[in-house]
Amino acid sequence: MPPAVVLVTGVSRWLGGALAAELAADPTIERVIGVDTVPPGPEVLRRLGRTEFVRADIRNPLIAKVIDSAAVDTVVHMNISATPGGAGGRVPMKELNVIGSMQLLAACQRATSVRRFVLKSTSAVYGASPRDPAVFTESMQARRMPSGGLGKDSLDIEGYVRSFARRRPDVDVAVLRFAHFIGPRIDSLLTSFFRLPVVPTELGRDARLQLLHEDDALAVLARATTGNFTGTVNVGAPGTVLMSQAIRRLGRIAAPVPGPAVGSLSRLTRRTGLVDWSPEQMHLLHSGRVLDTRVLREEFGYSPRYTTSAALADYGRTLAPVVAAELIGSVTGGAQSVVARFAGGMAAGRSLLHRRDPAPVVPGLRAVRDL
Amino acid sequence: MPEARVIPLRPEDDESPGPPSSADWDEQLAGALEFLRGRLTGDYDTDEFGFDADLTDHVLLPALRPLFSRWFRVETQGLDNVPDTGGALVVANHSGTIPVDALMATVALHDEHPASRRLRLLGADLVFQLPVLGSMARKMGTTLACNEDAERLLGAGELVGVFPEGFKGVGKPFSERYTLQRFGRGGFVTAALRTGSPIVPCAIVGAEEIYPMIGNAKTVARLLGLPYFPITPTFPLLGLLGAVPLPSKWFIAFGEPIETASYGPAAADDPMVVFNLTDQVRETIQHSLYRLLLERRSVFS
Repeated sequence: MPPAVVLVTGVSRWLGGALAAELAADPTIERVIGVDTVPPGPEVLRRLGRTEFVRADIRNPLIAKVIDSAAVDTVVHMNISATPGGAGGRVPMKELNVIGSMQLLAACQRATSVRRFVLKSTSAVYGASPRDPAVFTESMQARRMPSGGLGKDSLDIEGYVRSFARRRPDVDVAVLRFAHFIGPRIDSLLTSFFRLPVVPTELGRDARLQLLHEDDALAVLARATTGNFTGTVNVGAPGTVLMSQAIRRLGRIAAPVPGPAVGSLSRLTRRTGLVDWSPEQMHLLHSGRVLDTRVLREEFGYSPRYTTSAALADYGRTLAPVVAAELIGSVTGGAQSVVARFAGGMAAGRSLLHRRDPAPVVPGLRAVRDL
Repeated sequence: MPEARVIPLRPEDDESPGPPSSADWDEQLAGALEFLRGRLTGDYDTDEFGFDADLTDHVLLPALRPLFSRWFRVETQGLDNVPDTGGALVVANHSGTIPVDALMATVALHDEHPASRRLRLLGADLVFQLPVLGSMARKMGTTLACNEDAERLLGAGELVGVFPEGFKGVGKPFSERYTLQRFGRGGFVTAALRTGSPIVPCAIVGAEEIYPMIGNAKTVARLLGLPYFPITPTFPLLGLLGAVPLPSKWFIAFGEPIETASYGPAAADDPMVVFNLTDQVRETIQHSLYRLLLERRSVFS
């Protein structure tokens, strides 16, 4: 049964706005209500269509009234801030993420109309350490629990969502653990990172990256909202790239930083407003993480249209490379033609000399003696 | 196996008079430039474990080859015991202070096996905690020695290499050479049982003598966070020169595969089956070690 009234939190951000717009374009859905603490920008607002926007803080009990009065049956919780900068610091970020989610879940628990709850979670719940297996399945846990930031918040939120599911067994709960978003329009951690002309990396480390194209992220969210999948699913594109490889493909310049200096560098870039990093996300440079997506393909029933490489290339179209691939191609190509010409000259010279010389003895050719 | 080539019997009949080396070097240089272009633009593939086949084939394996054929003169035996396709678990003894034996087994299976199999090694977590070494190991196809990764690789039909002795094997004193240490908790057997992959026992002779470890500076090791700090007759006495391995003669012998599929995946939870199989593998390797040692004339020839 398709949902009648959908409530989307975090609608002022690109992905939330895009999801609300997609749902609003579906005539079978009666109402789409978008909630956020800040009003959406003009670009998002234009696309939102018939979405009703409610400016409310999910930390505020007002949200319960919205759910009750509109008889919301499906809640998509996307208002989880990944970086402290967007929320105004680590303390407000934690408050918005954890307390906000608790308030929202409390409101949902009281509202009898709610039948479905979709959580936009993150693969950060798996942490990232060299002691971890290369590929995470949904049943695995972080060997070293994320000690702070998004990973810890998301673990907490997933815990609250699980206990909500226990208290309201009639509600279908879907938890989507997303890999890193990338794409020409989305504003994510990696998109701002790769926009730097000189990209800091950790010296002697090369993280494996699994990405997800924004279009696939949107399609998965829409499907989770209107479909009937329950449980936890990893969402990531097939294939991986190494951090160094991604930097080269995008034509950036890597700046290796010794491990101990990474923390202070991340503080510096955050303070200067270059990249909104949290220290725990810098750990990503360390070992990276890859998700197993069997459940996504087989049980959830979605195969991403973009592979990690294709998603990266699609994002790369919007980025002016610092070092153009054509430049490298022309330099190596030029060197190749020089080599070919030089070799041709050498061969010609040799053949001139060769005419006078007796035929060279072919090495390794020897008569075989019968024994 | 060398490639078949046409050898002109009478060189004066040959149409191309230029010596073959001239064409070779410029082609090689052009190939190297093409490789460089691919590297600089990121135009190559890596897998989810971080394995970089392009780098392994063009840089890492060529760098190891002289060590394999000239320095250690590795002889392989029983390569037909390693299946051409599908998952299998190669279990070998570990020795040599520095795990050079793992690298040589990788070269042996890639260069001398008819199907050019890639050995995907399982490494200790210490390897992946170290910078440079950790990322290099991943690029060469190594991953963390844990059941999740081993089963995933075996399930994907890869040839997985494991050294169950771990640091107890590599860091044992020279006086204990060629005696197998305890085989961990048998995690490798459960991985093979769960995926139904055959276990190929592998004995490596020669690696024990490359850095004869006559002492262990435990305090230094503890300070550096290492499991042991080797003292050999030449290291650290001669400094970097002491890090040159002794040119011992090597043998790598692959034994008959031990099939595990008939036990069924449920047997992985039966400790008795796991212990028995672990012992069987361990004894097979120990016996082939003794056999190879008897066949070997001296350490260096």
